[in-house]
Amino acid sequence: MSRQLQARRTAWLEFTQLAADHRAVNLGQGFPDFSPPTFIQEALREALSGGYQMHQYTRVFGHPPLVRILAKFFGRIVGREIDPFEDVLVTAGAYQALFCAFQALIEEGDEVILVEPFFDCYQPMVELAGGKTVHVSLRPSQKVEGSGVPSSGDWVLSPEELASKFNPRTKAIVINTPNNPLGKVYKTEELQVIADLCVRHDVLCISDEVYEWLTYDGNKHVKIASLPGMWERTVTIGSAGKTFSATGWKLGWAISSVHNMKNLKIIHLGSVYQCPTATQEAVARGFEREYELFGTPESYFQQLPAMLHQKREKLASCLGAAGLQPVMPEGGYFMIADISSVKVDLSDQSTEDEPKDFTFVKWLTKEKGLATMPVSTFYSPEHRREFSQYVRFCFVKEDSTLNAAEDILRKWSQTQ
Amino acid sequence: LMHLCFVLQNIMTSRHTHTKRIEGLDKNVWVAFTSLAADPSVVNLGQGFPDIPPPSYVKEALAQAASVDKMNQYTRGFGHPSLVKALSQVYGKVYERQIDPLKEILVTVGGYGSLFSTMQGLVEDGDEVIIIEPFFDCYVPMVRMAGAKPVLIPLRLKSGKKTVTSADWFLDPDELSSKFSSKTKRRKHLHTTGRTSDELQMIADLCIKHDTLCFTTLPGMWDRTITISSAGKTFSVTGWKLGWSIGPEHLMRHLQTVMQNTIYTCPTPLQEAVAQGLQHNFELMGQPECYFSSLAEELEGKRDRMAAFLQEAGMPPVIPEGGYFMLVDVTPLNQDLSHMVQDEAYDYKFVKWMIKEKKLAAIPVTAFVGEESKKQFEKYIRLCFIKQDSTLDAAEAILKNWRKI
Repeated sequence: MSRQLQARRTAWLEFTQLAADHRAVNLGQGFPDFSPPTFIQEALREALSGGYQMHQYTRVFGHPPLVRILAKFFGRIVGREIDPFEDVLVTAGAYQALFCAFQALIEEGDEVILVEPFFDCYQPMVELAGGKTVHVSLRPSQKVEGSGVPSSGDWVLSPEELASKFNPRTKAIVINTPNNPLGKVYKTEELQVIADLCVRHDVLCISDEVYEWLTYDGNKHVKIASLPGMWERTVTIGSAGKTFSATGWKLGWAISSVHNMKNLKIIHLGSVYQCPTATQEAVARGFEREYELFGTPESYFQQLPAMLHQKREKLASCLGAAGLQPVMPEGGYFMIADISSVKVDLSDQSTEDEPKDFTFVKWLTKEKGLATMPVSTFYSPEHRREFSQYVRFCFVKEDSTLNAAEDILRKWSQTQ
Repeated sequence: LMHLCFVLQNIMTSRHTHTKRIEGLDKNVWVAFTSLAADPSVVNLGQGFPDIPPPSYVKEALAQAASVDKMNQYTRGFGHPSLVKALSQVYGKVYERQIDPLKEILVTVGGYGSLFSTMQGLVEDGDEVIIIEPFFDCYVPMVRMAGAKPVLIPLRLKSGKKTVTSADWFLDPDELSSKFSSKTKRRKHLHTTGRTSDELQMIADLCIKHDTLCFTTLPGMWDRTITISSAGKTFSVTGWKLGWSIGPEHLMRHLQTVMQNTIYTCPTPLQEAVAQGLQHNFELMGQPECYFSSLAEELEGKRDRMAAFLQEAGMPPVIPEGGYFMLVDVTPLNQDLSHMVQDEAYDYKFVKWMIKEKKLAAIPVTAFVGEESKKQFEKYIRLCFIKQDSTLDAAEAILKNWRKI
């Protein structure tokens, strides 16, 4: 397998190293630097002091208490009976769920539509499965002058362009909502356009919904699997790490109808076999708590987005003051900002053929001690040039980190 | 009309069936037998996990790790720094060589994940992989999923011995050699579990002669070997699902690439806790308090106990030189299973019958062999002895009462 595959994500490794070397304030990587909520840490402590079974193998496709609560929790949301043992698979992070989905469903020669910008692992995973990626870009629609801060909601797909990507070889389309890096939260009408195409062309949908609880400004997360005709053809992927701010637990899941899930299970069985027991037990307890508190102010799924809402506002205003133009995200962990108007001469910095955003990220890390990620890494090679004027910031950080970033940006804006 | 269209789509046969790579891989012995054995009234000597608690310092290390903020977030993809460092120390001592923690080690989701990363990283479409029977059942499906062909060679029992140990099962050197030479164009990989040094040397010589990669280790074999191990088995925490691969950089690089594209990283708090456990025992290596030796000593006693009560019940065991399992020949019991009409090997039927009628669970050994060797192994079942005394007492009682209805 790896003969064909280049060591990917070298950009990630390079930028992470650079951030570490310069002890930069790190708004690059997508993980919280604050603790997971007390109740989930408590749940793990309790699980660890449970009987010997907590440290030994559990059910291959998912620890029974976890699959049961996931089926119940998401069943209530999509309005259907989800079978915990047939329709749910627990995986080593959403990452492994994606891997299982591609390996189980994509054959040599299949085409898979990726909506850009996309979380960069989708492309190599499709290629690993022998598939061919076809890209369609979200584009900022023309805004009326003076109509306020650009929003991720302005970035849309052209229905005609999207429809043109479907053909008899199309096997699946991958969507990510709320989106990394853009923060777009797809509206029902937008998902309906995609759903109509999937049904008409008998195409599968892989829906990466790891940030599903993080929506702002009253935007609602909509599950494409809940639209008519979509349950049978959608694999919905979720993450305990993003749900409970514990990315290091590396637990996720895939949910779909049994005829898809039985194939994902075979891949899982042949690659990882099963996930750790104690963390599954703790996540189950976390979901049981949230099931009871759902929609109430005590729910973590209300509290976390409320907390992040403020952080998002704060970061956006600091970026604006420093001459960057932020795109206000409707959801997720990240904000992108346009660097075109930034007053800094990078002509001597850039190495040959390097996209502008790469050069800027390196400069910002080295010269200002602030680490981010270039957005062109989230595009296919063909479209990278077109979208190389954005950088991505993670705002899911504690106040001290954001304050430190704010200081850097304020000082920089004062020198301009 | 729209609604009618949706309904019609659902009735129509979808073109979405499984992909070729998973063709025929849906049967799995564990999925079949774990639920049967899960009944609390069944004494479970089937699946290989301890019902003894892990060392308390290991459990405490996990609770400690989980209370540190950073430990709940992503760590280094190829392995948490403190863990790869501890691994390079422990294995550096075992191998008597410097092991680079960043380039020569990969942490994976269990030993299983290492096997997968190795197969996907080093085995290509059209390759052949030599596997010695009986083998841990996942090897064959993993080889096939990588597009390669498994070439099987059984261990054979020396005849005429009264008490059989695992040392009486051997590889025929000529037979093994023939597996290497049949398709000289292809690179071949050899897959094995712990064997005697003479046998390993024979395997090593064949690997070097035929330029083959090997998945076991011996002096002189470093450049062509990936060694796979498990925290779950080392510290009696199978439910932690952490393992590792160790090998030369030019091979490990490919396993790391697989990791980046499949799982990306393993859980942080678990890795931190295993690092602590390894550190603790590294200091004790060579001493009786070292868990690596104390566990083996404890298990030797259990092994001898189990062998004794099996012999008394008329079932000759194969005394193992290592590991957690014991094979036993059920032929002398002469159990008539003609009422079981499924098209299955004798041992599968025997184990199902035994779980139902005797409330004792084991695993059928033909799960660990290929089609051609089934007849050779179908009178054997596998029992796990890393169990607490009360479990072994219960098993002994069942066997004592075997003849009674």
